[in-house]
Formats: sequence, structure tokens, C-alpha cells
Amino acid sequence: MTDERRRTGTAGDKLLRAAAAAAAALVLFLMAALFVGLGWHSALSLSKFGVGFLWSSEWNPVAGRYGALSSIYGTLVTTAVAMLVAIPASVLLAFFLAEIAPPAIAKPVGYAVELFAAVPSIIFGMWGLFVLAPIMSEHVQPFLGEAASFLPFFSGPPMGIGMLTAGLILSLMILPYMTSVIRDMFEMTPRSLKEAAYGMGATRWEVTRKVVLRHGAKAVAGAFFLGLGRAMGETMAVTFVVGNSHRISASLFEPANTIASTLANEFAEASDPLYLSALAELGLVLLVMTFGINLLARRMLDRFGAGSGGAR
Amino acid sequence: MNGTAATALPPRPPVSRRSESPSSRRSAVRRARIVVRGLNFFYGRRQVLFDNNLEIAENRVTAIIGPSGCGKSTHIRVYNRIYSLYRGQRAVGEVLLDGVNILSDKVDTAELRRRVGMIFQQPTPFPMSIFDNVAYGLRLHYRLPKSELEGRVEEALKAVGLWDEVRRHLAAPGTDLSGGQQQRLCIARALAVDPEVILMDEPTSAIDPIATARIEELVVSLKSRYTVVIVTHNMQQAARISDYTAFFHQGRIVEFDETARLFTAPREKRTEDYITGRFG
Amino acid sequence: MRPRSRAARKAADAAASALAFLAAAAGTAVLFWIMAEVFARGASVLGPAFFTRLPAPPGVGGGGLANAVLGTVIITLLATLMAVPPGVLAGVYLAEFAGNGRFASAVRFGVNMLMGVPSIIMGLFVWGTVVIATGGFSAWAGAVSLALIMLPVVARTAEDMLRLVPDSLRESVLAMGAPYWRAMLVIFLAARNGLVTGVLLAVARVGGETAPLLFTALNSPYWPTDLTKPTANLPVTIYNYAMSPYRDWQAMAWGASLVITAGVLALSLVSRFALKTGTERKAKR
Repeated sequence: MTDERRRTGTAGDKLLRAAAAAAAALVLFLMAALFVGLGWHSALSLSKFGVGFLWSSEWNPVAGRYGALSSIYGTLVTTAVAMLVAIPASVLLAFFLAEIAPPAIAKPVGYAVELFAAVPSIIFGMWGLFVLAPIMSEHVQPFLGEAASFLPFFSGPPMGIGMLTAGLILSLMILPYMTSVIRDMFEMTPRSLKEAAYGMGATRWEVTRKVVLRHGAKAVAGAFFLGLGRAMGETMAVTFVVGNSHRISASLFEPANTIASTLANEFAEASDPLYLSALAELGLVLLVMTFGINLLARRMLDRFGAGSGGAR
Repeated sequence: MNGTAATALPPRPPVSRRSESPSSRRSAVRRARIVVRGLNFFYGRRQVLFDNNLEIAENRVTAIIGPSGCGKSTHIRVYNRIYSLYRGQRAVGEVLLDGVNILSDKVDTAELRRRVGMIFQQPTPFPMSIFDNVAYGLRLHYRLPKSELEGRVEEALKAVGLWDEVRRHLAAPGTDLSGGQQQRLCIARALAVDPEVILMDEPTSAIDPIATARIEELVVSLKSRYTVVIVTHNMQQAARISDYTAFFHQGRIVEFDETARLFTAPREKRTEDYITGRFG
Repeated sequence: MRPRSRAARKAADAAASALAFLAAAAGTAVLFWIMAEVFARGASVLGPAFFTRLPAPPGVGGGGLANAVLGTVIITLLATLMAVPPGVLAGVYLAEFAGNGRFASAVRFGVNMLMGVPSIIMGLFVWGTVVIATGGFSAWAGAVSLALIMLPVVARTAEDMLRLVPDSLRESVLAMGAPYWRAMLVIFLAARNGLVTGVLLAVARVGGETAPLLFTALNSPYWPTDLTKPTANLPVTIYNYAMSPYRDWQAMAWGASLVITAGVLALSLVSRFALKTGTERKAKR
């Protein structure tokens, strides 16, 4: 007799409750269906190549032999470049917005960061291909090639497109996203904790580094993982500039492919069932990777009690 | 519907009709509208009301006082079964409204709540116009022709003294009113559906003193037509406006009596300590 | 314990602050740079023809992308219609009925995980189900893929916004004797600004999505007359034109980029405004 929301009620109530529960179940159903659906379409490739698919570097549609390694490699390298840039930048940016900037500056810059998050992926792709890539090939890559020629990462022809450019674009795309989660964490740090540290004579950076970041370490890690998951699955921005090549090379100047860019580039031309099935399996690999990363991110954020994570 | 009412409006409650309740032990109450017998209340496993016995007099104002956390709000939240919204909240015992136990599963909560209206601590105007706020319950429970609807709304707004203030802005959002006006709007909304009992849960605690005075006057004027139960943490308020007062402490009813007697000659030591300000 | 030099600590603080300032300046500058490029390169091809005419073959000149503009509007609208009812209902379930039981936690988890699924995976999934089942690429399939992206966003915001409605309002509607479903209507009214914001944000999020449409709606040089056929849309057109070797197509891609960017940013700004007026109202109360 208690709990009238769940049990008693008019026919309208029962209908509402049933519809709401069905919609909630739909969410779970979809999550499961994604795995099942991609798994089903991967069946042909799975049975033909087995787990070797994951570490075979051959991607040869003509011969009908497919391996995911080159795409996985490209995904990991571009993502790593993106994280190298975005991790320090997002922490610094959040530090700036939460602690340094006066409200008159923090507010508009905060808006700008949020607007940044709303810019569609393909716009970054356009900008990357037509604006950033020429600059990379004419100025940045020749400079890096000279200054750090002893490193294998910075060798090869400066073509502008390739893993380095793709990673940089990715870093721009995940930056606002990570910043907003870290900024939330800054704002959720108890005032008393910060004041106690300031009271001991700590500087702003010391308070941030030793108190705020340590207190919110989980949330910051969660923000990084959210960014990582997003970078891995990001498609269009990468597809425009990554160069579309299945060669694995150490140099970041070389063209490559990520899982997502392979899918976007090759889906249209995939005609035979095995090719399509290999692409579906690539998708499945990406789904599993991003699911795992997001799982970690959620764990961290939930434990902190934070992390709307932003709708985008 | 041929434009006629699908549900007939019930007749206005006559000024008196209840006979003496059968089981009133040394009752101070003449005509009881609500009789509470052996009411226990639980939040999950935690019991918060213990063997409450109380009679609410018809056409009188009954105040419920006590220190915060004593269970006074919980007690009146049983009268319209609003508590049953929440998982784990459970009432055991009898609450008789006109002799019918409202805790029974057979009771239609919608009809119960039409008969037993409730005013909350925070004014809760609905996010709609002033007119629609007052008409809300009428549209919910009755099918009325437009002219009668308008008449009812006007009547309810007049009863709370709000008509002259809002008659020109009936289409304005209810949220635009001041806090005191909002609370009177909520009272009008409750009165419009012709309830028999009005429950008020600290209705003036979020409102400024002048608006509070108006609402207190209003409460006194309501008793000619309604039975009023008001929870308040303000003893002066209870003394000013109520006919009967129940003093709650730690989930038990320590003392219940005519207000004048309870405040001047309390029988219980704890009541005396509370009203003289020694605790609470 | 050796005391750390005050000067060194101050220097570290100054350096960190300077770097933070730099990060903010650089971030904002890049945003404006991107916007400036999009506007500068896109504005020149935007004229009445862009919004009224069908695409021209490369080298011919003239022509427009009216079919793609219309297609994008149609697909996004369909997606919104598909995603909002179940999304809001799932939010209602989580905020009103679920409590913190096991099923509710699972659903919340599912919503968060769905939000993290790359959009291209949604496209691939809808290709593998809807496109294959219906026998071809279509506006419908495109709308489904976008709806899947919107669904968790709408559900999440709906739950958050409904939770902001105070329990006292729920109780006072129910205390009038309203059944729960009617009380919900009042609660929706109270939460309407937040709900609208959530929907607008979700629309803004999918408005420029390209990857899922590659697998579902594909593209078309014709007017979107039949929603069961491949349908023109701006994002895929941008992709195709940008990757083409033709100068005039690349210019059209910039024009389309400007239209998409302006639309998405306008939606974001409008939704921000809607949310703001909502909270201000609440503050006034």
C-alpha cells in the first residue's frame, strides 16, 4: 500500500509507468544490441581470421586478407599524441578558469570553451585539411625534422597530413570536453580544504597541484579517460588528415589509418561480404576499446561523485 | 456531455453533522471529524510515530506543536496519505475520517485528497497562470461549464482575500506573486475543490511577518466552513489561532487539550517545559 | 628538512600561471581562428542560389546545396522525433520511478556508456540492422542513427532536469488528488526550460554528425523526395566535396561548413539562453 508511485494508480499511471520502464529498458537493450549486431556482422571475418585479426598487419582487400593491426596502431598513436597535448593543456586551462582568471575573463573564455565543444567534427576536419596541414608541411614538420632529426618520430617527407596532424586536431577536439570535467572538479573541491591550504601560505599553483588535484585525482583521471575514449572513436576530423594508409611506420609524419578512418574511408568501396565483415569486426574492436575506456572513466568519476561528463 | 457536469458537485458540508466519536477517552473534543487510533509510523525500519491517539474537532483549528523532528509533520502527512509516495514509508493503525479508515487499501486516494486538502511549508504555485492554478483541482475532479469554473475560482480567491489583488492579472503566472500571495493562492487552490479538512504544514515559516498575520486571520476565518489542522513550530501562532493543541515529543502525543488550557495549565511537565521555552 | 626557497616557489607559481594563461589564450585563439576560416572561406559561396538550387557538376559553377540543407533538416527533425519521447520517458523512469535499485543503476550505467559510443559505431550498427533489413540507404536509417546518438543525451538531461523539480511541487499536485501521470504534466511544465535545453543540445550535437550518415543516409544529388532512398545532407556533402579535386566543390564544402557551424552554434547559444532564463526564474522565486 505504500509507494503509490510504483504500485497503485489509475490506468494512466500504469501506462506511464510501463512506458517509462520500457524506455529505460530500451537503453539497456541498445547497449547489448550494439555488441550483438556488430558481432553478428563480424562472424565471417571472425571465423576466417580468428584472434589473429588483431595482430595481423596485412590489410589487403584484393587478396581478401585483413588484419586490424595497422588501424589499431594508428588509433593508438594518434590518440597518444592527442593525450600528450590535451592532458597538460586541459589541466592548465581548468586551473586558469577556476583559479586565476577574474570572472570577467573566466566567463567569456568558459563560453568559448563550451562553444568549442559544440563545433562538429567535420569542421575540424575541414580546417585541419585546408588550413593546418599546409602549415604543418611548410613550417612545423621541416622545423621538427631538423631540430629533432635523431628521433624516428620526426623523419620522412613533410606532407602535412599524417599521424602528427591528426593527433593535434584530436587534442583540440577533446580539450574542451576534458577541461569542463576538470573544471567541475575544481569547483566541487570543498572551499574549506582550499582555504586551509592557502592559510598555510601555499601559492595558487601549490594549492591546485597538492590539494585540489590530489583531492580530485580520480575525477581528473576520469576526465582523461573520457577524453581518451572520445579521441579513439573520433572519425571525421581524423579521416580528413590522417592520410589513409595501412603502412605501419614509426614516423609521425607518415600517413596512417585509425579504426574509425578506415571505416569511413573504405565502407563505400567494400563490396564483398568478407570485406564488410572485416570492417564490422574493426568496428567491434573499436566498440570494445571505447567501452572499456569509458567504463574506467565512469568508475573514477562515480567514485568522486562528480562527472556529469557533459552531454558532449 | 451536453455541457452539463459529468460529476455533480457534492453539497457544501453542513456546519455540523458529526456525532460524538465512540471511543474518546476523556476526550476534550465534542464533534470529531478525524479520529486517530493507535497510529504508528515507520521510515523503513525506523519508527517515528508511536501509538498516536488524537481527535480532530470539526469546524475548529487544531494546532500540532513540538520540537523539530518530533513527528508532527509526519503525523498529518498520514491524513491525506501523501507519505505513500515514498518507498519504505509505512503507517500502521487507524485514521478514521467520518468513521472510515483511510489507511485501508480500498480508499481512493484521489477522492481522499479532494476531501483533505494540504498546504505546504514552501508555497508551491504550479507553473501556470493564477487562474489555472486555482482551477487545477476543479478541472481535475469535476467537469464544469466555463461560467461555473470562473465563478468557483473567483469565490476561492475571494475566500483567501486575494481576489482584489489579482483580478486584473488572472492570466499572469502564479510564480510572479509574492511569497505571501503565493501561499494564499495555494490555499485558494485547495479550497476550490470543496475540501472538508485542510492540513497546513508550517504554512507561514517561509513567509514574512505581515503576510503571516494575513494568513493567520485567514486560518481563523476558514473554520466556519472547514476543519483545519495546522502544524507549527511557533507556539504564539498556535496560541493565537487554534482551538485545540496537541503537543508532540519524540513521536508521541504528550498532551492534547483545548489550546487555552494547554498553554495556561499544562498537565504534563514536558509540555510545560516546552511552552516555557526550556527546550525545543 | 630543508626549507624550500620562497623565491623558487613563487617562480613555480608564476610559471604555472603564465602557462595557464597561455593555454587559455591559445585555446581561444584557435577557436576564433577556426571560426574565422570557416566564415571567410564559406561566406563567398553563400548566396540565394546556395539555398535554392541543386548541386552543379564540377567546373560548371552556379548551383547550390538546397537539397542537402533540406535533407539535413529533415533527417535531424526525424531523429529528434524518434529520440525525444523514449529519451524523456527513460529520464522520467530514472527520476521518478526508479529509486536506486539495481535495474535503475544498470540503466544509468547504460545511458553513460551509450553516450560514450563513437558515432561511427552507431552508423555501422544502423547499417547492419536498418539499412540491411530495409534493403538500402535512406533518410530513415540516417535519422535512426542520429536518434541513437541523441537518446542517451536526452535521457540524461531529462533525469537531471526532473530531479531539479522540488518534491514539494510533486507532493502539492498529488495532494490535490491528481493521479501521478497528471502530476507529471505539471512537473514537465516546471522543468520545461531544462528539457528544451537538453533537446536543443542533443540536436546541436547530431546536427553536424557525418560518420553515421555515411553508413545510413549516404548522399544524393537530388531533392529529398523519398525518405526511403539515399538522401542528400550537408555533412556527407562536405566530406565528398572536400575530398574531391575540384576547386569549386571544395568552395561549396566551405559554404556548407559555414551553414552547419552557424546552425550548431546558434542552437548552442539558444539552449544556453533557455537554460539561463529558466534558472533566473527559479532564483527569483
